Amino acid sequence: MTPAIQAEQLRVSYGKLHVLRGISFIIPAGQGVVLLGANGCGKSTLMRSLNGLEKLQSGTIRIHGAALSGASRRELRQIRLGMGYVFQHFNLVPQLNAFQNVLFGSLGRHRFGLLSCLGLTASAADREMAMHCLDRVGMADRAQHRPSELSGGQQQRVAIARMLMQNPTVVIADEPIASLDPKAGREVLDLLWRIVREEKLSMLCTLHQLELAQEYGDRILGMKAGHVEIDAPVAETDTLQLNALYSGMTRVDAQPTEAAA
Amino acid sequence: MSDNSKLPPRFRAPSALTWVVAVGFAAFFIQGMIASNISIERLVRGANNLVRFVGQAVPPDFTRMPNIADAMLETMNIAIVGVTFGCLFSVPLAILAARNTAPNMVVRTIARFVISVARTIPDLIWALIFVVTVGLGPLAGILAIIMDTIGFAARFYSERFEEVQKGPSEALTATGAGRLSVIFGAILPESFASMTATSLFSVEKAIRSAVTLGLVGAGGIGVELSTAMRLFRYDQAAAIILVILLVVIAFEQLSTSIRKRII
Repeated sequence: MTPAIQAEQLRVSYGKLHVLRGISFIIPAGQGVVLLGANGCGKSTLMRSLNGLEKLQSGTIRIHGAALSGASRRELRQIRLGMGYVFQHFNLVPQLNAFQNVLFGSLGRHRFGLLSCLGLTASAADREMAMHCLDRVGMADRAQHRPSELSGGQQQRVAIARMLMQNPTVVIADEPIASLDPKAGREVLDLLWRIVREEKLSMLCTLHQLELAQEYGDRILGMKAGHVEIDAPVAETDTLQLNALYSGMTRVDAQPTEAAA
Repeated sequence: MSDNSKLPPRFRAPSALTWVVAVGFAAFFIQGMIASNISIERLVRGANNLVRFVGQAVPPDFTRMPNIADAMLETMNIAIVGVTFGCLFSVPLAILAARNTAPNMVVRTIARFVISVARTIPDLIWALIFVVTVGLGPLAGILAIIMDTIGFAARFYSERFEEVQKGPSEALTATGAGRLSVIFGAILPESFASMTATSLFSVEKAIRSAVTLGLVGAGGIGVELSTAMRLFRYDQAAAIILVILLVVIAFEQLSTSIRKRII
């Protein structure tokens, strides 16, 4: 079976700064992987490059076998279509209500893009599906609310509904609960993982809480200074090993002198 | 009083460039004063003439009110039609000109060039050009207002597009949406309030421009005004100026109140 995500020797650098320094991993279909690592270790760059938002310098990414690098604009859109993305800052369009934001999840599916995804023009089936997605994240009663009228946790739920609307097979979640309080964060994380398990999706999710990582993930990837340090099933990791990810030279822009200090 | 060397100096000598600019400005200013032949005697004579003008203008003569009203209506037509098309054309131009929405650098440069040409040529000169090309009358005025509006609105729209948060458009891109869907689904909604405010400013600006366009024969109330002034009918001119004042103020009030509601 082709793995959901296959990354080989990924390298990304901005000028002299090498952010990803040869990253390789495989995520089999249906596995939920938690990516850990200190701030500035290259996690976000990795996540963004998996979706083609960041350009690779070298290396290959395959999503269900389809190569991301060298893909035409159309192929890239096709790959993105199968890949839901949940952002730290939700990234809903602030001027539009929750329902419209969820409808946007189907943008990639339609030939005429936006023209078939507006509340006014969307097909009855799409409108029903959007409502169903909102229902699954428990936000059906807030469909008409704008993001500014919702709490952070509620906004992230709407963003998850948008991801559901996209009907993906792979989910990238870039610190989905980092801007939420612990209670709302746990609720959102519960919801996200429940959906991922129910739909048998593959997920790569960055988190900052080790205990949550060990609780939810099947496997843990640990990054440090642009390298993969840990790649092991949750049962085989221990807290000491995970804590080591956050000490010493963790950042890709760290100077050797800093490490000595 | 141990170490005075670290104190900042009280006075720092201006740089060579500052000197060049300052001297150049002073020279140009003095030359301008001399060239325009400013003298107290002329200013006094001007004041006398102003008194005579005001004396003849009061009371304003409203007997030609039906004609004035017609011309004012034409002016408003020019402004509204021109500004509507101007704003409509500005949206695609602004999309081509903004860094985050332009398809490539070549198109962006061309679009920015078109916008800056539209902006740098004043509305009266546009009117002169269009009077020559399409003839006297309101059409020339409308075309002039369109160009003037593009220079203003397209620039501010595109600056607004460049300022929008990246997140929502990235989110839509990540769903596999095409470029246009991202622009119209995320960037335009995010800019909508600011675009409306800009468009309302354009309307105010267009009304003021449309008034003067008649002076070069591009239709509207300016034609009436220049005729009245040339025939030394200052009382009629005063009536026209009062009507203009009223309409412009009314429009500004209206647009301010709409803007307050949106933002």
